[in-house]
Amino acid sequence: MSALGRQRWLGPAMFLPAILYVVALVGVPFVLAFLYSVGDVKVGSVGYHFVGLANFKSVLQSPTFLRSLRNSFVFTIASQILVLLGANILAMALKNVFPGRRFVRFLILLPWVAPVSIGSIGWKWILDSLYSVINWVLIRFHLVNQFSPPMYLGEPKLAMISVILVHTWHMLPFATVIILAGWTAIPKDIPEAAAVDGARFFRKLFQIELPMMLPIINVAVLFGVIFTFTDMTVVYILTRGGPYDTTQVLPSQAFFTGILGSDLAEGAAISLFLVPLLVVVAWLMLRSAHRAEVT
Amino acid sequence: MAIVQTRALTKVFKKGELGAVNSVDLESREGEFLVLLGPSGSGKTTLLRMIAGLEEPTSGEILIGGRVVNDMTPRERRIAMVFQSYALYPHLTVLGNIVFPLKAQGMEKGERQKKAEWAAGLLGIGQLMHRKPRELSGGERQRVALARAIVREPALFLLDEPLSNLDAKLRASARTELEQFQRRVATTTIYVTHDQVEAMAMGDRVVVMNKGLVRQIGTPAEVYDDPADTFVATFLGSPPMNLIDIGEATVGFRPEHFFPVSHLAGQAAVPADMREDARVGPYVPLRFLISHEEYLGAERILYGKLEGGRFDGKPAVSRMSSTHGAVFGSGSLHAFAVRQGDLKFFDRAQGTRTKPVPLS
Repeated sequence: MSALGRQRWLGPAMFLPAILYVVALVGVPFVLAFLYSVGDVKVGSVGYHFVGLANFKSVLQSPTFLRSLRNSFVFTIASQILVLLGANILAMALKNVFPGRRFVRFLILLPWVAPVSIGSIGWKWILDSLYSVINWVLIRFHLVNQFSPPMYLGEPKLAMISVILVHTWHMLPFATVIILAGWTAIPKDIPEAAAVDGARFFRKLFQIELPMMLPIINVAVLFGVIFTFTDMTVVYILTRGGPYDTTQVLPSQAFFTGILGSDLAEGAAISLFLVPLLVVVAWLMLRSAHRAEVT
Repeated sequence: MAIVQTRALTKVFKKGELGAVNSVDLESREGEFLVLLGPSGSGKTTLLRMIAGLEEPTSGEILIGGRVVNDMTPRERRIAMVFQSYALYPHLTVLGNIVFPLKAQGMEKGERQKKAEWAAGLLGIGQLMHRKPRELSGGERQRVALARAIVREPALFLLDEPLSNLDAKLRASARTELEQFQRRVATTTIYVTHDQVEAMAMGDRVVVMNKGLVRQIGTPAEVYDDPADTFVATFLGSPPMNLIDIGEATVGFRPEHFFPVSHLAGQAAVPADMREDARVGPYVPLRFLISHEEYLGAERILYGKLEGGRFDGKPAVSRMSSTHGAVFGSGSLHAFAVRQGDLKFFDRAQGTRTKPVPLS
């Protein structure tokens, strides 16, 4: 084969695995989910009947779904705000040189490296209704009533807060690393010039450093939103959506309905509600990535 | 307006190492253009950053306008600095950059606008106010950086190699402009550069630094004509001063003071007593074996070796105007001379200036 002919085939050949991967693991399930959502498929059923929007109608009428939808937004927005704040503060601390910096950086990265499930199981123990170490300490210091200590995963509000905090704990390292990278990309001269120009800490931070890092912070937030909005690990392990579905989010509800409840059609319908939001986020992400390239 | 003083100012970056700046005593004059000149690593930028408050001195004092400012933040020192990279805020427009120091002062908006227009007018960048830094040329950026520095009328200007990012042609015109600008605003200015031409052209006085030490402070003429030691003698001038070791001493003479006797003969019409000029004394004849010549347009540089006497075999360089038409072939031997008074004598071990020693 001529060199030119080889070149013509080499490119597509190298590309093929990526395309296969996307088609097999993203495209096919997506089409399948769409077909399920307008059909009457159950786990174990053999036939397929088109039922139109019946599944969507039934989903929209269920109060659990509406609560999951709201929870998904609360869960995502609250944890992303906390992650953003925490990551900025951590990054600010970690950009300075101090003894043991590498070790501290390593420690902060740990929650990201450790499997979510293991981390969440650890948290489940920490927050457990009987064996909670937090309550154990609080009781010893007589800060809470020994006989009715707070049930972190058993009371709706506390459970939601717990789920959000544990997810924040898990997402924090990733955002910190991204923002730290953004910070190191600012030339040293610029904050110095701001200091000479008379800016103190907050002016320097909010008018110079953060605006300069905005494209990178955008990327961190958009990634975080996607990871959070589609994630059900923390909810599944800590609360299973409980108590009384008060911590249910869309992915976990889709899982409980479609897989555990064996109503594949309705589960697919629930999960399709994730699509519009993810499309918007993906579009924003591409746009901000493009903008970061231009500047 | 203010004068700057440093007293035994020292900066040591790593314990046990030699200081980047070693016990520097400086005193600027009111409204002066003071140039810190030295090779890279000489400590000039570190010195400037300590004055700015960006670097904490290891020991010693900095005074601005008679007040010790060691413990003051850059903000409290009322200085303005232009960085080598200009350090413009990339996300702000030119106007946003210029008003930033005023905002930090808490000046109200109308006033800010007026001031910014004044500064931009002074530097001729009024039409660029709504551009972003990345849309500006190097020269324009440099002006914006200057406008940002001048806008709040600081007590002191600190400039860290502000011309080194410009191309050669622009640099020459920017140099003249900057110099005139400084005269107009008459703010005490400390200017760091490694470019001796900039230093000589702009400085009221030049501080020559090397290895964290001040080697000499003086007007451009003083440091050039009367170097305090062999470092200053060789750092200034291009090509540098010829230095020739004889016994305990080192003799130095500038290449432009080392010229062919024929050149002298050309001026034979001048009265004979010129040859015994009272100021510079009689001529010292030297035989110069020329190895090659560089023709630089306006001038010619001759490289070669001295022959005979105590200077035998020592390399030397001569520099003369191209208007001097004589031809010097490679490998040819010529009669050259230096005026007695143009010879500088240095202690061979210390490098410092000493009394003249007899040559013969």
